[in-house]
Amino acid sequence: MESIILIVTASLFFTGIVIRVKSIAAGRKGPGILQPLRDILRNMKKGSVYSETSGLIFRIAPSIYAGTLLTAALCIPLGDRPGILSFQWDFVFFVYTLALGKFLMVVAALDTGSSFEGMGASREAFFSMLMEPAVFMVMGSFAILTGKTSFSEIFAALHGSGISNAVSYTMAVLSAILIMLVGMVENSRMPVDDPKTHLELTMIHEVMILDNSGFDLGLIMYSSCLKFAVFGGVAAGLFMKPGAGFFADAAIFFLVQFCYAVFTGFMESFMARFRMKNNPQFIYTITAATLLIFIGAVHATGIAGGKMPW
Amino acid sequence: MIEKRKDIVRIKNCETVKLNRIPVLDYDSFVDLNSFFLKDGTKHVSHFFAFPSGKKLRLFSLIADDIAGDIICSSSIISTEKPLPSVTALHHSFHPFERDIHEKFGVQYTDHPWLKPLRFPAGIKDKKKIADYPFYLFEGEDLHEVGVGPIHAGVIEPGHFRFICNGEKVLHLEIQLGYQHRGVEELFVTKKRLLERIILSESIAGDTTNGHATAFSLLYESLCGFKAGEHLSFVRTLALELERMAIHTGDLSALAGDVAYQLGNAVLGRLRTPIINYTQSWGGNRLGRGLIRPGRTNFPYTAELAESLDKIFNEYEPHFAEMADALFARPSVQARFEKTGVLSKEDILSMGAVGTPARSTGVKRDIRSTHPHGYYLSFKHEPVLLPQGDVYARAYIRGREIRQSMSLIRKMIASIPAADKNVDLSDKKCAAESLSVSLVEGWRGEICHAAITDKSGNIALYKIKDPSMHNWFALAMAVRGEEISDFPLCNKSFNLSYCGHDL
Repeated sequence: MESIILIVTASLFFTGIVIRVKSIAAGRKGPGILQPLRDILRNMKKGSVYSETSGLIFRIAPSIYAGTLLTAALCIPLGDRPGILSFQWDFVFFVYTLALGKFLMVVAALDTGSSFEGMGASREAFFSMLMEPAVFMVMGSFAILTGKTSFSEIFAALHGSGISNAVSYTMAVLSAILIMLVGMVENSRMPVDDPKTHLELTMIHEVMILDNSGFDLGLIMYSSCLKFAVFGGVAAGLFMKPGAGFFADAAIFFLVQFCYAVFTGFMESFMARFRMKNNPQFIYTITAATLLIFIGAVHATGIAGGKMPW
Repeated sequence: MIEKRKDIVRIKNCETVKLNRIPVLDYDSFVDLNSFFLKDGTKHVSHFFAFPSGKKLRLFSLIADDIAGDIICSSSIISTEKPLPSVTALHHSFHPFERDIHEKFGVQYTDHPWLKPLRFPAGIKDKKKIADYPFYLFEGEDLHEVGVGPIHAGVIEPGHFRFICNGEKVLHLEIQLGYQHRGVEELFVTKKRLLERIILSESIAGDTTNGHATAFSLLYESLCGFKAGEHLSFVRTLALELERMAIHTGDLSALAGDVAYQLGNAVLGRLRTPIINYTQSWGGNRLGRGLIRPGRTNFPYTAELAESLDKIFNEYEPHFAEMADALFARPSVQARFEKTGVLSKEDILSMGAVGTPARSTGVKRDIRSTHPHGYYLSFKHEPVLLPQGDVYARAYIRGREIRQSMSLIRKMIASIPAADKNVDLSDKKCAAESLSVSLVEGWRGEICHAAITDKSGNIALYKIKDPSMHNWFALAMAVRGEEISDFPLCNKSFNLSYCGHDL
């Protein structure tokens, strides 16, 4: 219950902090932290315009997309306090709920009949498909490590229950970074996509939502903020010790979210984005790095056969 | 040693020649001669146009000789009734000119490989509609088409781009222009007042105000037999170089923006402002409108102006140097710029491309060095050349040219020539029955203006060639085999003018 409140709170400020970091890094005055929120509200007050070629799917997709993100956010626990939706293998449910939302956005983009959107849809589907193994490698490794299969149980068992702190924290840090990178790819941010560009031919996510307007666009924009907070929430969970008080957990939660936002801001300030054909390599690299976590988990639990020194 | 030939006449840049001094050849030898000149790559077409006289057309060909530093003129008289073999079939760089002649006068060509409308001018019988443009088509289900424009995503200028793609890979790009056609060349003939004409020349392409205004002024002064004084040449050169610095800085910023390198985008974007603001403090307009006038200048350059420019440069230089070095050394930027949109030297030569794209493949085409005029005659300009022909080369040359222009301007303002007396050329008689040509190196490349006068010395034909005319085709070639997502980057690395092409 607490986690969804924290996630929604974090989502309100997340993109604002990213934009603030970017403007400070570029030496610009820049908009305030609440500007993305204002943009979302402004859009939500407007009516949507639909083209004649688009059908029902295009109209319902943004709402379902936002719905899937909220549902996914409900799965995220705060340390050992389970989320509202918590059950065995809930991380599988989490991943495929997100995928359902993405699927609808892709289908809705095709529904517009625009060649741009078709291009964007194909790119988004391709990169998400490549991204999927990385998420499962991370969560699967923790399942092996802790012997548990739900978010809250995994987070509760990770630190201080038989696994040495050195191992658990090393793996937590590495996984948190990877989860954040996954979140950036999923959210079509730098270095894979450039959310700021006006050039349809280079866009991935933005080109899919070119035809969305008004309330629908507002929903999509908010969903993107929420997605950041959700992935940040998963990363934060990796650092929470069971039994720590709510305030300690909340502090870790916001600290991780803040670092994530600043990291994203720096990434988008000081490097150029990748060439489209190099994006898969970047995603494979993330997936390859998740193997380290897998190997770590296998060694720590001794499935590999040998007794570990710790 | 240049051989003396009877079938051509060689003129200098900004020279006026009597029409009867230009030899008239029969069409076949005219075609052979002009394609022959372009064989070795040291000459290129500056202009090629038709002048109607009665029912016949007199074709003029102006070929710039980069080694001898002059312009080779030849002509031929043709009738529009029967189809002709084209020069384009022998050398592709003639294609936009012959398309223009075909479109305006209905000349049919038997073997022109790309005989499509160029600009859809008004007042032509059986005029094609812009919507009926004959695009290159393909059959089958394996490929797909992506159409971009005519409304630009950044709402700059209109143009339609049609890609034929296999997945993300571009197999063919066709660029269809003509949305900006305003009939500029005709207006030069119908508008008689000098002020109207110079303002018109400033509006040919807004980002090359100084380039086109200088080209017109040089041409008009040559027609009037007026020789610009030292101060006048100084002002024009300074304006041209400031324009080059400002636009190149803006281009580098936009290139950084296109690869989402925020720091480069922000810093270089900011650095453009002091330069154009300086132009405003000098002549009252940030783009330099009103600065250049034939025979005169309303804004003579003073020591106070030089002092403030020096101050601006002292601030600009370290910031620019730091940012440009960071931009070109950043691995993620290199990954995007290098080997993207590659053009070979052969491509450039066959398309007759000019300016930065030509210099980025090692082709030495720079009017400041090959056909200098005015102030440029007083020193030897060495153009920046790179061999690889990719986006990186085009961007890097821009960076180097900014530094080159800056050091040139620093040298110039150290000794400002005394102001000349302003001369009013508006009532001056132009040479009758003559051809006048001026070539100017704008920031985008070679600008060519040509005019023909009638018996009473009125301008009867005015022809303009913006560097974009050739380079649009070079852009289409550069993106072949590239990913479609790299098109905006390639496009920006050329930064061509829509209105300069459409006129």
